[in-house]
Amino acid sequence: MLFCVRSFVVALHSHKLGMLRWLLGDRESQGPVEKTTVLFIGEEQPKNAYTELQVLKGHFDMVRFLVRIDDVRFASAGDDGIVLLWNVQTGERLHELRGHSQQITAITRFQKHSAESSCPMILSASSDRSVSLWDADTGNRVQTVTDLRSSVKCLLVLERLDLWLSGGNDLCVWNRNFELLCKTEDFNDAGITAMIELPKNCIAAAMDKELIIYRLTVPSSELESWEIQEVKRLIDHQDSIRALISVNDQAFASGSHVGELIVWDSLDWTIQSYERVFGDTAQADIQSEIKLLSPKQNEMSVQHLTSDGEYIVAAIGSGIYVYSLLTKNVIAYRKTAHDSDVLHTLKLPNGQLISCSEDGSVRFWMLQDLPPPAEHASSAFFGMWGFGRANKQPNQQVKKGADCLVLRSLELTGDLIGHSGAVQMFLPFNDNVLVTCSTDHLVMLWKDGDRESRLRSLDLFNKLEQNKGL
Amino acid sequence: MISSPDLVAFTKDDDFRDTYVEINSLPEQFSLPQFPYAGNANPWAGASFAKFTKDFILISEFSEQVGPQPLLTIPDDPKAWGTFDLNYFSLRIMSVDYQASFVGHPPGCGYPKLNFVEDSKVVLGDSKEGAFAYVHHLTLYDLEARGFVRPFCMAYISSDEDKIMQQFQELSSEFSKASECLKTGNRKAFANELEKKLKDLEYTRTVLHEEAELQKTENGCYSTQAIEKANELANVEKSIYEHKDLLKQVTSYPNRKMKDPEFLPYEPEPPSEPPGVDQDQISGGSNPDHPSDDPSNTRRPSYTPQFIKAKSAKCFDKRLKTLEELCDVYFFNQTVDQLTQIEKIFRGDLCYISTSQIDTALLKQQKITNFLFEVFRDWEEEPEKPQYGEKLAPNSDSRLNPTPSNEPSCVETVLIKMEQDISEEGQQETESSLCDITQDNSEECLEADMKGSVSSGESIEVLGTERSFPVQGSLVQSESQASLPVHYPEVVRRKAVSKRTNSEDSIEVLSTTDSIIPEDLRASCSGAIYEEEPYNDSSSEHMYQSSPSSQRLVDSGMQDAGDFGKEATEQADSACCIGQEGPRFEEPAPELGQECSDNGVVRVAPRSSRAGEQAPGVDDGAPAGLPSYELNLIYLSDEVSRLDLDDVSDSTSFMSASTSSERAASPFLSGNPITVKHKRKAGQGALRFIRQYPFAQQAIFCLLSGRTLVVMGADEGKVRKLVSALSIFVPNLGKYAETIKPWLTSPFQITDLHSWKLIGLHRVASPTGSSMLFSLNRYSRYIGILDADHKTLRCPPYKGTLISKLADHRTQIKRGSTYFMHVQSMLSQLCSKAFLYTFCHHLHLPIHPGEGDASVASRRVGFLQHQLGVSGEDVRIVQYLGELLKLHYLQGPGKGGTPPVFRFEYTTSFLYKI
Repeated sequence: MLFCVRSFVVALHSHKLGMLRWLLGDRESQGPVEKTTVLFIGEEQPKNAYTELQVLKGHFDMVRFLVRIDDVRFASAGDDGIVLLWNVQTGERLHELRGHSQQITAITRFQKHSAESSCPMILSASSDRSVSLWDADTGNRVQTVTDLRSSVKCLLVLERLDLWLSGGNDLCVWNRNFELLCKTEDFNDAGITAMIELPKNCIAAAMDKELIIYRLTVPSSELESWEIQEVKRLIDHQDSIRALISVNDQAFASGSHVGELIVWDSLDWTIQSYERVFGDTAQADIQSEIKLLSPKQNEMSVQHLTSDGEYIVAAIGSGIYVYSLLTKNVIAYRKTAHDSDVLHTLKLPNGQLISCSEDGSVRFWMLQDLPPPAEHASSAFFGMWGFGRANKQPNQQVKKGADCLVLRSLELTGDLIGHSGAVQMFLPFNDNVLVTCSTDHLVMLWKDGDRESRLRSLDLFNKLEQNKGL
Repeated sequence: MISSPDLVAFTKDDDFRDTYVEINSLPEQFSLPQFPYAGNANPWAGASFAKFTKDFILISEFSEQVGPQPLLTIPDDPKAWGTFDLNYFSLRIMSVDYQASFVGHPPGCGYPKLNFVEDSKVVLGDSKEGAFAYVHHLTLYDLEARGFVRPFCMAYISSDEDKIMQQFQELSSEFSKASECLKTGNRKAFANELEKKLKDLEYTRTVLHEEAELQKTENGCYSTQAIEKANELANVEKSIYEHKDLLKQVTSYPNRKMKDPEFLPYEPEPPSEPPGVDQDQISGGSNPDHPSDDPSNTRRPSYTPQFIKAKSAKCFDKRLKTLEELCDVYFFNQTVDQLTQIEKIFRGDLCYISTSQIDTALLKQQKITNFLFEVFRDWEEEPEKPQYGEKLAPNSDSRLNPTPSNEPSCVETVLIKMEQDISEEGQQETESSLCDITQDNSEECLEADMKGSVSSGESIEVLGTERSFPVQGSLVQSESQASLPVHYPEVVRRKAVSKRTNSEDSIEVLSTTDSIIPEDLRASCSGAIYEEEPYNDSSSEHMYQSSPSSQRLVDSGMQDAGDFGKEATEQADSACCIGQEGPRFEEPAPELGQECSDNGVVRVAPRSSRAGEQAPGVDDGAPAGLPSYELNLIYLSDEVSRLDLDDVSDSTSFMSASTSSERAASPFLSGNPITVKHKRKAGQGALRFIRQYPFAQQAIFCLLSGRTLVVMGADEGKVRKLVSALSIFVPNLGKYAETIKPWLTSPFQITDLHSWKLIGLHRVASPTGSSMLFSLNRYSRYIGILDADHKTLRCPPYKGTLISKLADHRTQIKRGSTYFMHVQSMLSQLCSKAFLYTFCHHLHLPIHPGEGDASVASRRVGFLQHQLGVSGEDVRIVQYLGELLKLHYLQGPGKGGTPPVFRFEYTTSFLYKI
């Protein structure tokens, strides 16, 4: 060896358990400290450019939401009721928006278009049954409405109409001066958990198992008033709807707690496609085991959906599934992409996928064309007739799913480890900057170390010039 | 050849060996075996006849009773001076007091003047004793002393003449700070003493006046007794006048730094002693004729005045105040601390001292990189913060603020009275002073002028040369003086003179303006008065009861004062001095004589004391002396209590200031002996580490490339030892970040890794232990783990040449301190490489606009490889240090508003075993 003859090097190939056992002092590890990892990329991550980290402290409770304001600013909000505005380049805290007494339940950007300029605003709703509008430039509260009948669970901004909608136990339509234009009747038993905008002034709202389509009537004259009417109820989901996204002009998608993914037609609200992780048959077959596996119910819940118009990425349980709208099937998936539930996913235009999870990590995936089907691909698959019973009925699945449905694979290219709690959400910015927020009260800025280093050099020489030398 | 001195020096084998052993105990940070230092740093100088082994500091006094005497030495250890004759040396150094302070009343002024004298700084040598000394003469004020001054000197005594001569400037500035500290405390104590004395005098006057009234009514106006009493009264009035003037002089010491933004307003603190204690002591009060000696009580909420007998015992049997008493215990201790620091600073060989001074000066110049591996010193603070001594001065001045602040309320009003009072009793004195002034006037001014020009520099005196340091005959002119029209022109001229003479180094600048007193201080004073009211009421009531007989009144007064034994004695002592001085001016003053009237004293006194308050109840004609006494009592006790309160509070504020911020910035710590010593020890540990652990280079690479190294072990001592050994390789992130966590028992978070680059972690088999392991496991990509128990290291591999030079396990270096120096020099080389790398423009930015990042990057690599000779993993070290430099330069010394940046790399770790 270069340094010493006596020493020998044991290449520890980054196996977590091995490492752990070593840490424990060569004793047998006393029970798993961490869940067995199916997937572990290792410490060598050449494709991972995030080599610099800034921890943004300021929240006192879980941080659940990140909202992008513009290219350099974003807002974070969570259970402490505070909204913090940050500069993504420096990590500086710009403003502290205090006003809500309870946790933030929904937050969104609200571009205020006025004659002279358009300044970004932030609309936030809280459990204290208030909604506030903040000026992102000054940090001032511009508008607020309190003492609502129920707390607002979701917000939807219709910039086209300069309106915003609040969804809770009722659906209210507000103008930007916080004047209530119209509202629906109360839903006593449940509330609206998600809303999306559909063409022709329609709104789809998710309420428990149902999707309700509302139509907003825009007054044609001063005399008329705004109206919102229920048009249709879609009751195809078998369990409560967890995610609702609009895919493109023609389609929107919803996912339920039992792993159903339905793609709807935006115009006539019919089902375009119905996918389900656990098929009826499979479920019937293993009825006896369901009880045992009841905590695993979560593992098939659709926690998050995202789409780039071509693909829908679904976070189901601890897995990621990529559904192609073109071929109307799942083209790639990872059943256990994380150690725990995946909470947020995103597909970047370059084919990269980002996912974050309750296990505290963020992972990067690359959608790659699959080499000729190997065992890996056939061992399990995402199909219409059930999945996840791989060990139970492998043969059945192989039979059904082997027809080259899975065309591509998701390859792990890197991960970010820093948070000690579940990573609730992430927000990508240009130039390889990623913001993550977590239940550990922290917001982290992940950056490209090389780029930051160059930027700092630039700053340094600027400062040198200012100071006229050292 | 045999007679050749160097041969002799080197053939003394025994000596050589003995002293060589002693090196280990030397305080020097660098223990490069220079010539062994054992008292005689210079073997060729032949100074072996010096009777002491180490340099030490001696404080001596020229006592008016016993002559020059040594007071204390620092270090306070008989070994320090060995057989050296301190008494003799005190005599030597005190016999060349260049201050030449005058004794008694200066010519040209009728009443005692304080002369604010500059310290003199001389170098003395006693070749017979082999002792050379930097001697710093200073005078302190003492009401009981001759001319109110007590000459002292502080001497730094060394056997090395060159050391004294070359370090003269440093010695001078350090000793000036210590002296300033002493003098500040002294001014405060002196003012206190004066206040007490004044109260006594006021009280005495009241009593005398009563007696005179009594005798007048009994025996008629012109009885001998009445005349005697009147004389006595006049004497008292005169000494009141004198004392007030003295007080004014000492309290008008300018508070130059009051407008300083760093001026710290002090907050009142509850008195150290509950008042109840005093009350108890009063009840068991001592005999008025033999006041008990109780010197321990110096601060008390109020003071009960006592009668001063006009003629009293001789002064010779009085006890002179100790230095502690003269300077206020707090300031005395502060000074001793400073002197101890001075002793530490100048400890060791001249060669070493100058080397470390050069070292510090050079490091100070490396503003960009010096934070990385050097022990934090105050070089960055220095330009902003004044030095310790300077800081001390304003602070200590502020202690005196309360005194000037009560001036307008007390002294000034009193002075108005004095103008009239003087008419009947003080004329002799004023008269004489008048003559004196007119006579000595011209030459005095000339003299002062001359002195002023001289005083600007410091004189270095060696042995025989007898050039006296300037005597500041600076005369304080006061309001009272100004009020006499005859004096007026003189005053103006003198003022000008005194201002000129007080040049840069002299700390005492006289000022007669009261404008420096801030309003808020007055407010706080009034608060103090309010607090004291209940006590005053009771005491005055007590006085009232005992009023019928003046003797009883005196008795009770003395009784009250009984527990203030110390003051009582002091007052009595000073009273005797005054009494002696008084008769010297017995010439009647014809000019002022017209104003003199027998009744004047009686009538004016109460009104004048009341002048500020404008109480309608007591008017000119108030016949009884009692009310006036009562009022005086209240007034003065208020004053004293205010003063006491203030100085208590102020001293604490000063103390807190000194403990919190001052300590760190103190230049006394500039050598930072503890840390450097610690690092030297760490050098030994590091040497052991690189010899023991074959993977030491990997561990050091972790530290130098900014990857946190976790030293894990079950035994705290072992872990701490390893951490301290490795600490010399940890680059600092900046001034405020704590980079080393020697012992951690709880799991760490990712935010901890931002600043902690070396962590000692407790391995425990418990739930916390497993969560700790979990965090280790989780953040394993950001850290290297050194297992102290199993002697394993898990970290990325290192292939490079730099660290193998830095930490070669076959190194021939035997000594820890040598190895530390080796590491330091290597690291400073590394620093300069990092500096070059960071500050070369074209390495980071395109030379021309079209140039892409790739070509810049290749240029960077080329530069590192070819210009700096850095390749492989070493590049990462330089890059990391460069990044630190960038961040430090961009953010400046302060903590930026932006969160810290944590950089890392995705590389595979390996497990290394022995």
